[in-house]
Amino acid sequence: MPRTLFDKIWNAHVVARRRDGRTLLYMDRNVVDDVRAPQAFGQLERGGHSVRRTDLTIAVQDHSVPTEGRGTNDPAVTAFTDATRAAAARHGIRLFDIGDPEQGISHVLAPELGLVLPGATHACADSHAPTVGALGALAFGCGTTELVHVLATQTMALVQPRQMRIKLEGALGHGVSAKDAILHTIAELGTDAGRGHAIEFSGAAIDAMPVEGRFTICNMATELGARTSYVAPDEATFQWLAGRPFAPAGEAWERALTSWRELASDDDATFDQEFDIDCSGLEPQITWGTDPSQVIPISGCVPDPAAEAAERQAGHRRAIDYMGLTPGTPIAGLPINRVFIGSCTNARLSDLESAAAVVRGRRVADSVVAVVVPGSTSVKRAAEARGLDRVFRAAGFTWHASGCSLCAGGNRDAAQPGERYVSTSNRNFEGRQGAGVRTHLASPAMAAAAAVAGHIVDVRRMLAGG
Amino acid sequence: MQAFTRLTGIAAPLLRDDINTDQIAPVPPLRVLEPDYAAQLFMRWRRRPDGAVDPAFVLNQPNFRAARILVAGANFGCGSSRESAAWALAAFGIRCIVGRSFADLFYDNAIKNGLLPVRLADAEASAFEALVLAVNGGAPFQVDLVEQTIRGPDETTFAFEIDAADRAALIDGLDDIGLTLKSADDIAAWEARARDARPWLQSVNRSEA
Repeated sequence: MPRTLFDKIWNAHVVARRRDGRTLLYMDRNVVDDVRAPQAFGQLERGGHSVRRTDLTIAVQDHSVPTEGRGTNDPAVTAFTDATRAAAARHGIRLFDIGDPEQGISHVLAPELGLVLPGATHACADSHAPTVGALGALAFGCGTTELVHVLATQTMALVQPRQMRIKLEGALGHGVSAKDAILHTIAELGTDAGRGHAIEFSGAAIDAMPVEGRFTICNMATELGARTSYVAPDEATFQWLAGRPFAPAGEAWERALTSWRELASDDDATFDQEFDIDCSGLEPQITWGTDPSQVIPISGCVPDPAAEAAERQAGHRRAIDYMGLTPGTPIAGLPINRVFIGSCTNARLSDLESAAAVVRGRRVADSVVAVVVPGSTSVKRAAEARGLDRVFRAAGFTWHASGCSLCAGGNRDAAQPGERYVSTSNRNFEGRQGAGVRTHLASPAMAAAAAVAGHIVDVRRMLAGG
Repeated sequence: MQAFTRLTGIAAPLLRDDINTDQIAPVPPLRVLEPDYAAQLFMRWRRRPDGAVDPAFVLNQPNFRAARILVAGANFGCGSSRESAAWALAAFGIRCIVGRSFADLFYDNAIKNGLLPVRLADAEASAFEALVLAVNGGAPFQVDLVEQTIRGPDETTFAFEIDAADRAALIDGLDDIGLTLKSADDIAAWEARARDARPWLQSVNRSEA
């Protein structure tokens, strides 16, 4: 019987079917962050359990960490980072702590160190866990209680998701990136299209996409409501992984590679749902509203709620009111206050390079506060080696240390009520980046262009020298 | 975990789609390890930016302050996996959420915290929402997980479906880890097999290359 890649990885990791019908799926890796660690380890200990596989578990400091003034004694930060450090020490778990040269956002750090490998399963108690599925792994997010279960048993108790394939077809134009493709996809399919599903991304646009762009795609599949998402690994994946610090080397690499080359859905495998999204001719995209499906191309206008289906009108009106917009006005030209280039969606080296290409030789508009927060300390170092920090700083950006920062609003990098942001992150929810903050999601290049222009603008005009 | 069998309580309508966990349990400006979860619930909707209570928000209205059932639209609990969304609802006193659909991660978090998420099909949901609006907090609804029904004050009854495992977990208040550890031998056997089949995944070690 033909099988999808999901079937192959899932079946290889089934430990048992539990009495209540849930499947116990073995987790090859478990990454614990500083938001969940304090409560999860406390819960684990109170239950009289220990960590089953300390050798497959790693801890990170990402959500709470300051990206400026690392040595803070702010209790809103240290309560979490200290508890995480203490728990990791108590249980003998490798921690990528503040100050570690490899510290970073879990979904950036784990793959770039080779801690995520094709065909593996990956647990991370965070909704954006599926980001790392871009390497052909199956990654599952969960809450704190399930995290405790993973710590104690190295398995996750799951209901097998249904399966969906989304083919991104066509070629992305100049100035158009993975972020634009996935924003467009969410606009087309909606925020709950992926609920209960594992999504395989394939198609010509994925095949041609650099591995780092595939992370952006899988990252935002969470905003489709997907349980998990992945891209079948190819030669580009293997090349990207080769030589990573925790990836196998030598003979082990060769053996792994032989196995990884089998990792693809069979040609005649079937999915519960299939969608084709044409990306040819796609413009840069940007959100106008308060959910990641409220997206328009840069040439578009703020949509009129009256033109929506009756049951969606109230939601649209609320979004437009919150965002302080007028229906029918072009999105390009809208003045902004701040720009954030960062997050597990778009803070890898290639993201910073694409933003720097726009910024180089230009200045951030006087009215704009612009920051870059690299996805990891390794990314930061690599960017500095290429002089990108100097490009950003010369233009008037501030260059921060790594962490989740403004995406999650957990580390005090908050903005002021009413401020309008262009952000490379994944969620434009009401209040996520601070009470009353208005967030527009876009690609790193679009965010950089907005910083320079002082308003939302088509980056392609800037790249063309316009 | 607190078991759930039957619940009698006021049903509060919050008839919006895509209510995300950043709205249910916003990250407070001053984070602490054990916050007042009840106060955190819908914090930015219950209070205005200056901290004053917004009397218009449904859970601030006298009829709904003691609500035990929350009635929402589709895709409730989307966004972040934060379990504090379930903790905040439970701390406030909400034990049952009725919606047209729920985000996967929130649904699991709710079950693990003894909250019953009830999915109603669109036609049923419309009738139920209309009844909740008409009752306007004036009389309680009865939720019965054993019978899988919700009964309004006028005796109108709505049947709902729920996965057998989730239903059992709520009724029995199961020890999830205990249940899994009944398969401890299977876990050990799986690990032994994997050691041979995929040696490169067996530990998190820096490669010597």
